[in-house]
Amino acid sequence: MHTVLNCRKIVPGIGISKALVTNNVINFLAMVDTKSATIIDKHHELYGKSIKDIILVFPNAIGSSVGAYAIYSLKINRVAPSAIICINNADIITASGCAISDIPLVDMLEKPSSFILESEMEIRVDADKESVTIKTV
Amino acid sequence: MYLTRDEEKSLNGENGETMASAYKILLAIGMATGAEKLVPIKWAHISGVNYNTIGDAGVEFLEKFSRGAKVAVKTTLNPMGFDRNKPASLPEIFTDQQMRIVRSYERMGTTPSFTCIPYEIFDIPDRGSAVSFAESNAALYSNSVLGLLTNKESSLSALASSVTGKAPYSDLRIEEFRHPKVTVKPTVKLNTEVDYGLIGYFAGKAVNDTCIAFDDMKEKTGIINMKSLSAAIGTSGICGMFTSEEKTNEVISYGREESNTIKDEINTAEDGDIIVLGSPQLGINEINFLSKLVESKRFLKRCMIFCPRAVYNQAANTGLIDKIQKSGVEFICDSCTCLTPLITRNDFDSVITNSIKGAYYLNHSNRIGVALKDMNSIVKEYTD
Repeated sequence: MHTVLNCRKIVPGIGISKALVTNNVINFLAMVDTKSATIIDKHHELYGKSIKDIILVFPNAIGSSVGAYAIYSLKINRVAPSAIICINNADIITASGCAISDIPLVDMLEKPSSFILESEMEIRVDADKESVTIKTV
Repeated sequence: MYLTRDEEKSLNGENGETMASAYKILLAIGMATGAEKLVPIKWAHISGVNYNTIGDAGVEFLEKFSRGAKVAVKTTLNPMGFDRNKPASLPEIFTDQQMRIVRSYERMGTTPSFTCIPYEIFDIPDRGSAVSFAESNAALYSNSVLGLLTNKESSLSALASSVTGKAPYSDLRIEEFRHPKVTVKPTVKLNTEVDYGLIGYFAGKAVNDTCIAFDDMKEKTGIINMKSLSAAIGTSGICGMFTSEEKTNEVISYGREESNTIKDEINTAEDGDIIVLGSPQLGINEINFLSKLVESKRFLKRCMIFCPRAVYNQAANTGLIDKIQKSGVEFICDSCTCLTPLITRNDFDSVITNSIKGAYYLNHSNRIGVALKDMNSIVKEYTD
C-alpha cells in the first residue's frame, strides 16, 4: 500500500529513504554538527539523531543566514539528507542551501486528516512530480 | 517564476558555472517565497565571511564561485574571524583558510567592510529601495528602521544577488506583505538593551511570520536598543521586519514570566572570565555612550570590544578610543562576537555580554557559558 501526498517543488530531484519528522525548527549553523550530521542542541526534539541519508521533515530553518553553508557542508562531507520536506513554507536558508547542494526540496505538503507522516516511514520524494509517496503496510 | 530570456540563458550555463549557480539559487528562493519575477537591487550585504561559520566546504565553494563572476552592485561584507592588523595566536589553518575567503571576495570586487552593521557606515539608499541583506540584524534593521526592502536573505542568496544585481520580488520586497498579523505587547517596562534583546528573542520565537508588530515601542527607543532588538529577533526565528505603528487582531502578551523564561534560556552562567561587547558590532553611538560610562574608571576583568574598522577610525579621530582604552579595554576590528575564534572553551569557561545574539552563539557554537548584563551594569559591576 502507498499513500501519495501532493507538495510543491522548490529544488528538483528524487530522494528515497526513511523519514525523520520533527515539529521543531532548526538553526543549521548552531544546531547541526556538519561533520557527522548530528543534531547537537540539547533542547531539540532530534537531539543526538543524525540527519544523514534520511528524508528530513521539519517546519523550516531559523536564525543565522550562514545556515545555508551548513547545509552545503553536509553535502560536501557526504552526510546530507537524501531530501528535505518543509512542512509549511520552505525558507530562504533551506532553499538556497539545497539549491547549491542539489538536495531535492519540497514544501506545502498536503495534510489529509486520515494520515500522519511519522519517522521511520519509508518515503520517496519526487520534487519534479510534486509528490511524496509513503509506503504504508 | 518568470525569467527573462537572458536570465534563462544564464541559468542554463551560457554565462558560465558561477552565473548558473547564482540563478539556480535565485530560482529556488524565488519559488520558496512565491515570487513572480526578479527585480534589480541597489546593494547586497553578504554573510559567510568568518571561516568559523562556513568551514572548508565554504572556502572551496567561494574560491570556485569567485573565479566566474564580479559583483554587479555595491556589495559589502560581514565580519571575518580576526583583526587584520593584530595577528592573534590562532592556528595557522584558521588564518590560512580565512585569508583564502578574503581573497575570494576581493576577486569578486566586494568592499572589504568586515562589518555586520553596514547601515551605520555606508550611505543609505532612498526609502523603498530594494536591497539584498544577509546578516539577520542588518536585514531587520534596514527593513524596520530605514525603510529599505529586503527579505531575510541567506549568505548564498545575497551572494547570488550580488553577482546578478537581482533578487526575487516577494515577501518583504512587496508593500502589501510588509504588514504584521501578530502584535507582541510588553506588559513589563523595557529599560536596557538587554530588555529589548529579550523581547526580540521572544517575539522571533513566538511569531512564525516575516513581519511582527510591537505595541508601545516608540522612535525614542534609540539606535542602541533597536540594534539589540533586530539582532535578537533575527536569531530566534524567520521574521525579517518589525513595526510599532500598526495594530493587529492577534496580540501576544510579554510579561515578567515570558521575560524570565527567555532569560533562563540565554543566561547560562552567573558570572564570566571576560567581558565581550559587540554583537552586532558597536557603532559610534555605543562607543560614545561607553566613553562616558568608563570615564576615570578601570575594568577589573579583561574587556574585549568588537567594532568595524570604519567606526574605530572615526572614534580614534575624535579621541574616543583613547578615552575608552584608558579603562583597559581592547578593541578588535574586522570581526565580531558571533562564532569568534578568539574566545574558545580552552581559554574561557564563561563570558559576560549584553548581547542576546552573542550569548546564543557563544553558548551554542563556542560552547561557552554566558552571563547576560546590560552595558551600564557591566561598567558599574566590573570597574573601579
